[in-house]
Amino acid sequence: MHRTGELYGQFQTLEQQKESATLGMWIFLITEVLFFGGLFLTYTINRRTFSTAFGIGSNTLDITLGAGNTVVLIMSSLTMAMAVWSAQVGKKKLVCIFLIATLGLGTVFLGVKAIEYKQKFDHHLIPGRSFDMKYHPAHPMAGDDLKELALEKKEVDEALAVDPDINFHGQLYFSLYFGMTGLHALHMIVGAGLLLWLIKGSFAGRFTPQYNTPVEVVGLYWHFVDIVWIYLFPLLYLIDRHR
Amino acid sequence: MNNTPPTSYELPRTHYLNATYGDGIRSWLLTTDHKRIALLYLGSVTVFFFIGGVLATMIRIHLLTPGGALVTPETYNKLFTMHGVAMIFFFLVPSIPAVFGNFLIPLMIGAKDLAFPKLNLLSWYLYMVGGCFVLYSFSTGGLDTGWTFYTPLSSVYSNSAVTPAVIGIFINGFSTILTGLNFIVTIHTMRAPGMTWFRLPLFVWAHYATSLIMVLATPVVAITLLLVGLERLFHLGFFNPALGGDPILFQHLFWFYSHPVVYIMVLPGMGVVSEIIPTFARKPIFGYSFIAGSSIAIAVIGFFVWAHHMFVTGESTYIALAFSFLSYLVAIPSAVKVFNWTSTLYKGSISWDPPMIYALGFIGLFVIGGLTGLFLASLGLDIHIHDTYFVVAHFHYIMVGGSVMGYVGALHFWWPKITGRLYPQSLSRFAAVVLFIGFNLTFFPQFILGYLGMPRRYHTYPPEFQVLNVLSTAGASILALGYLLPMSYLTWSMRYGKVAGPNPWPATGLEWKTASPPPTENFDVTPEVNWEPYDFKNRTDLGLPAATPSPAPAHGDD
Repeated sequence: MHRTGELYGQFQTLEQQKESATLGMWIFLITEVLFFGGLFLTYTINRRTFSTAFGIGSNTLDITLGAGNTVVLIMSSLTMAMAVWSAQVGKKKLVCIFLIATLGLGTVFLGVKAIEYKQKFDHHLIPGRSFDMKYHPAHPMAGDDLKELALEKKEVDEALAVDPDINFHGQLYFSLYFGMTGLHALHMIVGAGLLLWLIKGSFAGRFTPQYNTPVEVVGLYWHFVDIVWIYLFPLLYLIDRHR
Repeated sequence: MNNTPPTSYELPRTHYLNATYGDGIRSWLLTTDHKRIALLYLGSVTVFFFIGGVLATMIRIHLLTPGGALVTPETYNKLFTMHGVAMIFFFLVPSIPAVFGNFLIPLMIGAKDLAFPKLNLLSWYLYMVGGCFVLYSFSTGGLDTGWTFYTPLSSVYSNSAVTPAVIGIFINGFSTILTGLNFIVTIHTMRAPGMTWFRLPLFVWAHYATSLIMVLATPVVAITLLLVGLERLFHLGFFNPALGGDPILFQHLFWFYSHPVVYIMVLPGMGVVSEIIPTFARKPIFGYSFIAGSSIAIAVIGFFVWAHHMFVTGESTYIALAFSFLSYLVAIPSAVKVFNWTSTLYKGSISWDPPMIYALGFIGLFVIGGLTGLFLASLGLDIHIHDTYFVVAHFHYIMVGGSVMGYVGALHFWWPKITGRLYPQSLSRFAAVVLFIGFNLTFFPQFILGYLGMPRRYHTYPPEFQVLNVLSTAGASILALGYLLPMSYLTWSMRYGKVAGPNPWPATGLEWKTASPPPTENFDVTPEVNWEPYDFKNRTDLGLPAATPSPAPAHGDD
């Protein structure tokens, strides 16, 4: 189908095209809810069965980085919404600025996630042969708070008493941690790609009050990815937090 | 067809098949024309149907003798697994939607194309890539887990090529999701002026309901199979009891998709029947809004019955009761359709064109298949017949006697529109009867076998079951003929068939108001709809003789 300006040939009007694009994105987001939903169900069942392991696993996550990342992502949703607004009111320069800001914040999020993943690797918390919840308390690393670590050791020992298979069940927790945050990160990378495409278009002055559907539709996607994280953060980071 | 005056037609000079935009094969592989994409799918699904058919043939030959005549037990496991995977994911799920939904929905609603033509092409490529992964799995060790991939066999213990297979099905799942998304948006936003929801052909309603299931259920099997693949690769423990996991969790996740998928497989066929019956009874369909509503009802209720596949897993009796009750409930909208189709036939002007024979066959065989589903939904009875050939016969009656007959019927009904050609009518009536006889001979003995206790997925059986097994295999050979015949004469007709003209039957849909084959843009002028569907009485443009019987009066004068 050929394209005249921004109107694709299968559509009669730009209005119809916009309606179709937005409905299409909403339906896609619903499929994403079902997609992540399977993981959330698995999480729910496993957390209920292995509550000790999930509690102890959650406590090994760095709450500062997690909370910080949450704020970063919420800010990026704000800048994304501002980008959509800017397009709607015809402030083309602001569209570029806000899109770049969104991309920047998203990149910060991914960078922090990479740091967290590396930490897990160092602490022998990646599911597999070398997985060992007792490793980090027994092997302090540079920059560790020794008092915190001693508390962690105490908690792991207590958990072991309750659940001797803590290393098996802990792996279930961390599999879910990596699976859910990994799938989320993958979606963010796709989102980053979409943002790059939008930034290219915004520099070309493509988005006007009459035509800004791509910004709106990518905005919907970005907000969805944000909302998934809003659920992931408490479910993964805030189990049985006392300290 | 019987009453139309003989007119000789010529093919239109340019249409979507010979439209020249770009060179030869690239214009097909990079097309965004929904009609060409439909034909791409037609080729692909036929290949997978053939592969699934060859596997079925091997199963039936193997089961000619109690000891197992053809293959080792391990290979037998691979045969029925690959037969199921090929047929379900790569033939039945795409068949009618991806071929006929793609071709017809824009035509039926008066649009130039689907809402997202490029996404449509992507769907086909995803199907092909998924298919390649699965064929790779088939040829490097095969698959022996059953199409149901129960854990921990699939996630831990199987030595077959599970990982490429689940990757392939995962990718194919996205093909389905995107097609469903495309259909939903198209039906909402691209209808021609005057084409209100309740003027839509029932084929479109059926595909709308199917698409709802596609977008909601398929992501769940995607994540489930992804988890199985990750379990296999990284030795995670979700479904492995040795690591604290739960195989029943897999079953819940799997069946949450795999029950709705059977409605993805049958609803489009029902949509086809709803188009064919009024055409060859030359009467408006009885109870249009009930048939439309029943499609949506089946889609919705179908999401709440999945654990009827798990009655013997030790689930609580109370939950089993609930699922049994809901499974009975879901039969009601299907029954509504059957009664409405039958009422459409009453006092109609019936003609025995080949599509009609397939549609009538669908109704009868679907009734048997559907009713035997109720046998299985009954808790006490299911204890006895679960995992026996009774189940196998039940779902083949619906999936083959129903869906495949619907698919072949659709081929025969819309072939003139797709190719501009007619096919030999007597030969095709004969082929339809051959198919019907072969099908029943293959699968009816299996009800008896199952009730007598022959388990499914077993490579051997007690000698007293041999006669019924031989009958079934004999039927399979006749069934095969019933498929090979249409493959041959339809191919023949593409070159040598009589030119059909725009509306050979004649039928009332919008797709029949444009040329056969249609031009690339579907309609020369965007149509404006101001008639009701299936309104044979008032459609003077159909060229029907004046003596058309009026629909059955509300208060009978019989």
